[in-house]
Amino acid sequence: MKLFRLFGRSIRDGIKSVGRNFSLSIASISCITITLIIVALAILTSYNVDNFTRLIKKDVTAVVFLKSDITDEEVSNLEKKIKEIPNVDTESIEFESKQKILEDFKDTSEVLQNIMSSWEEGENPLKPTFLVKVLDLTKLKSTVNEINKLDGVEVIKYGEGMVEKLITTFDMIERITFIVVLALIFVTAFLISNTIKLTISSRKREIEIMRLVGASNFFIRLPFIIEGLFLGLLGAIIPIAGTIYGYSFFYNSFEGKLFSPIIRLIEPSPFIYLVSIILAGIGILVGMFGSSRAVRKFLKI
Amino acid sequence: MDLIRARNLTKTYKTGTTAVAGVNLKIKKGEFCFIIGASGSGKSTLMKMFYREEKPTSGEIIIGGINVGKLRNGNVYKIRRKIGIVFQDYKLLEKLTVFENVAFAVEILGEKKNEVRRKTLEALELVGLKHKIKSLPNQLSGGEQQRVAIARAIVNGPKLLLCDEPTGNLDPDTSMEIVKVLEDINSLGTTIIMATHDREIVNRLQRRVILIDEGKVAKDFTKGTYDHEVI
Ligand SMILES: Nc1ncnc2c1ncn2[C@@H]1O[C@H](COP(=O)(O)OP(=O)(O)OP(=O)(O)O)[C@@H](O)[C@H]1O
Ligand SMILES: [Mg+2]
Repeated sequence: MKLFRLFGRSIRDGIKSVGRNFSLSIASISCITITLIIVALAILTSYNVDNFTRLIKKDVTAVVFLKSDITDEEVSNLEKKIKEIPNVDTESIEFESKQKILEDFKDTSEVLQNIMSSWEEGENPLKPTFLVKVLDLTKLKSTVNEINKLDGVEVIKYGEGMVEKLITTFDMIERITFIVVLALIFVTAFLISNTIKLTISSRKREIEIMRLVGASNFFIRLPFIIEGLFLGLLGAIIPIAGTIYGYSFFYNSFEGKLFSPIIRLIEPSPFIYLVSIILAGIGILVGMFGSSRAVRKFLKI
Repeated sequence: MDLIRARNLTKTYKTGTTAVAGVNLKIKKGEFCFIIGASGSGKSTLMKMFYREEKPTSGEIIIGGINVGKLRNGNVYKIRRKIGIVFQDYKLLEKLTVFENVAFAVEILGEKKNEVRRKTLEALELVGLKHKIKSLPNQLSGGEQQRVAIARAIVNGPKLLLCDEPTGNLDPDTSMEIVKVLEDINSLGTTIIMATHDREIVNRLQRRVILIDEGKVAKDFTKGTYDHEVI
């Protein structure tokens, strides 16, 4: 009960102090706001890039063209052999017969349908294929080479080089944003700490008097920590609103896709709220850390 | 019974100045005693060691059973809650009203709201300022501000009241009023130690006088006057 009253007082004082030191509070809040906007952009980007990578990885398929005159028996032998290759995702293997490919083509356009309908039985020049996915994309090339050595395989097509490049680029983007975010959070914590130090030096007297009349260090620090918490929370408002409205707007105006139908953006619904929670959390932590660091200096004799 | 016991109490500042040099002192419960001495003789430094604003370089200071010099930084509040402190410059918070300035010292102990109010009003009544509880410090005279500071110092009923030149900024009449307030507080049982340069007050009250010279207790009269010592 006693502790509760002390907390109540600290919360009241913490909020009051935000208003009392208005200009410095605004400085701290802007500081947090700017950082959190950048952090928000970084988080939105890196999560999406991460998502792109996952989607692309899931989508990379090697198309194994077989000899046109291959028999059914040879096909099932070949399938077994491909499945024995270590890096092959055995569950993903799909066989498409000449006939199936023909039907698929016919469905895509009328022109093709007209041409292909004139082909006679046995005249189908298409090749049956296996669609193969791998477990580890970085070993795609060597896996493809191994499949290529098998009997009955004519040629293999995959996104030669392009896929790997895209993925390494994405990995790099992710790593850079991560470092930038970390650095920013640190810099802001120190900036906040110094700004709050300014508000505290103007309240040196107050702290001195609190100590004089017998307030414990914890009790003296508490309102400042709560003040930091509020500054962090206030600083997070604009970035959170920006994230919620901005990202939804961005998502809708691109209809959820970027560059190609494969590269889909993360759906806004739980995502933006998750990011908002992260932003509020970072704001609060940075504010609390900054202010408790700042006040520590004044609590020593 | 002794409230304060100082043994060989010594303070040498980082600058190399030895402000207090081996003070031995015993002060009983309920005493009213003056600490006098030339400027720079070490009066304030001695008092600062009483409320653990400065740590002794050597020696021992025990107040009400607490070894004050050994208190860790995080435990300083424990001695501060037993001691009221009054300064020459009042040290009031300008943005708070008279009531809030005093109530503040009770609130930090986590007392209930009506208890805070009761204690605050009682203290303000004792110093004769109950009619000005809503004023801000800068709307008060120096004497009134000092009375607020005294109310704040005694609001939690401390055993000891330390006053470092409480009348230093006040005219003789106002000073006398402040001293009367202090005498009232003393008569209720609070031990008072007051550092001062005010000859008239010391002579008028005829209380114990401790003369400090170059950081040492030079003279100690049970019923002293300022005129005993010739500076
Ligand atoms: N924080 C400090 N650091 C270094 N030296 C100090 C410090 N405080 C006081 N001194 C020195 O210690 C000596 C005693 O100072 P103190 O303030 O105790 O004297 P005082 O008797 O209270 O003087 P006054 O009557 O003018 O208030 C002085 O020489 C002063 O310069
Ligand atoms: Mg002094």
